[in-house]
Amino acid sequence: MSTTRAERLVNLVICLLATRQYLPAERIRGLVAGYGDAPSDEAFSRMFERDKAELRDLGVPLETGRNSIIDPSDGYRIARRDYELSDIELEPDEAAAVALAARLWDSPQLTGAASGALRKLRAAGVDVEDGSGAVQPKVRTNEPSFAPLLAAVNERKAVRFPYRRPGSTEPAVRSVEPWGVVSWRGRWYVVGHDRDRNAARCFRLSRVVGEVRAVGLAGAVVRPDGVNLLDYVTETGPDPVPVSVWVAEGRAHGVRRKGSSRGQRTIGGRDGEVFELELAHLESSADWLAGHGPDVLVLEPDTLRKNVVNRWLAAIGGKR
Amino acid sequence: MTATSDRVPRLLALVPYFLARPGIELAEAARDFDVTPRQLRRDLELLWMCGLPGYGPGDLIDLSFEGETVTVTFDAGIRRPLKLTAAEATALLVALRALAETPGVTDTDAVRRALAKIETAAGGAEAPVVVGLAETRGVDEQVRATVRDGLDTERALWIRYYTVARDEISDRTIDPMRLLLVEGRSYLEAWCRSAEGVRLFRLDRIDEARVLEEASAPPERAEPTDLSDGLFRPNPAQPVATLLIGPEARWVAEYYPVEDLVELEDGSARVRMRYADESWMVRLLLSVAGDVRVEAPEQLAAAVVQRAGEALELAELESVR
Repeated sequence: MSTTRAERLVNLVICLLATRQYLPAERIRGLVAGYGDAPSDEAFSRMFERDKAELRDLGVPLETGRNSIIDPSDGYRIARRDYELSDIELEPDEAAAVALAARLWDSPQLTGAASGALRKLRAAGVDVEDGSGAVQPKVRTNEPSFAPLLAAVNERKAVRFPYRRPGSTEPAVRSVEPWGVVSWRGRWYVVGHDRDRNAARCFRLSRVVGEVRAVGLAGAVVRPDGVNLLDYVTETGPDPVPVSVWVAEGRAHGVRRKGSSRGQRTIGGRDGEVFELELAHLESSADWLAGHGPDVLVLEPDTLRKNVVNRWLAAIGGKR
Repeated sequence: MTATSDRVPRLLALVPYFLARPGIELAEAARDFDVTPRQLRRDLELLWMCGLPGYGPGDLIDLSFEGETVTVTFDAGIRRPLKLTAAEATALLVALRALAETPGVTDTDAVRRALAKIETAAGGAEAPVVVGLAETRGVDEQVRATVRDGLDTERALWIRYYTVARDEISDRTIDPMRLLLVEGRSYLEAWCRSAEGVRLFRLDRIDEARVLEEASAPPERAEPTDLSDGLFRPNPAQPVATLLIGPEARWVAEYYPVEDLVELEDGSARVRMRYADESWMVRLLLSVAGDVRVEAPEQLAAAVVQRAGEALELAELESVR
């Protein structure tokens, strides 16, 4: 990269901010320092196209238009109100919150963007102290599918990706119109319209087992108004049901701390205590309780008891 | 990202930055922009050459150096920074929204006020990313408030804590260091006086907490935990199990760090997994029995079978009664 290119781009911004008239490319070539070096019309035009693309990538709102109907070609300018960050003043505690927010990301896509935002806020006169503080939240985006999915959401493009459902052996290709990428309990999901099932679905990024391909035109995906993406990911779950469990003396503290004691009881010559717990997900609860082996015994309900016993049978070689 | 696309935004931000802070020291500005003072000087030298067409003495950006400070005398029209890009606004707004929804991390009132101001300045567009930062269920409000209080007032805490690895509850005196949010859960990082080491205490496993009169005083050697590789760091000194994980139990390989994952044709996977405590590993394996097979070590496989056998005997006795 040449110093002159950075210099030329700054000069171009200054020039286009200063003009009210649209400036045609030829005028810009004559006015802005750096373009005079272009040896030919073709070289200038290549240079200018690249510069325009670069400025647009940086978020500079380049306007094109004609000053009057008799103008032979389009010209360029930058409207100050579209360019400038509006006035912003933050109280010290608000600035501290912003600094903390900027440190949230541990992500190639978002860490740089957050520090870019801070740089602009500082340039707007806001004092954002990067104090380390006593709190350190981090959100990582280390799933390989994060970047292509985020890009697809931003471009509003549909995607296809191989996805491995829990419990199935073969990955299946899913075709999705993505509305957003969601992090919940430390896991990433993409939420959108599943074209094959014709319904809203969420997909866990860790189960996307191959390349994410964008398909179709940019702008094709329309996110419905008023959807709350987090709602699709945070299942509310069934209402908890009361469960009665016997726990051996001095054992299974993880079970004890979640329940209330219903009195002592001896089973098979072993002292213990009966606890009542409120459990919502009986399937995963069965697994958790089964893990404690002979230290716990489900008394009620019967379905839970059977599921726990089935785990133990599977462990000694029986079929589940 | 090329050097130009990094440098041009900085160059455009520098003039308004110095305009807003007349007489600021170069070294401080370099820190704010995360560049070396040398790079900053080069940037300023370049800006000196930029200005309005004509590029005469009155057209060029004029910066005056006095010793180590910089003052802008002519800005050539770049008085304000450029608006935030969509990606910059997303990075900041999504993070602020996540913090606003998470009690106990920081002052959520200040976060909400900051969020409203940034939304006004950047436009509150629908973000492509949403973050639910931490589980709020399962954590006792009183415990959360007490932990926060201990951190804010820098005092030691007494806690009753459930250690899942050993399945036991113990009382400890700890010196709080930081509140961490990792992979959706809140942890208190503290010096544990009984373990004589830095420990992470998951907030939903603190059953009771009390702020003590004495100050929090972690010793010099209390190093903050390195979380760059996630919560669990593989420890080569730990025993390792070879597991055959069926599709129904795939979450085991997703949740715990595993090594050398090999996909097998029937949809299961062979992995190696390290464990600190055998009784914990037996509990895990019993809970997924039938969906995970232990290939090695033999003694671990035998322990799982033994526990299941005892459990079945007990269940038999109870049902006979």
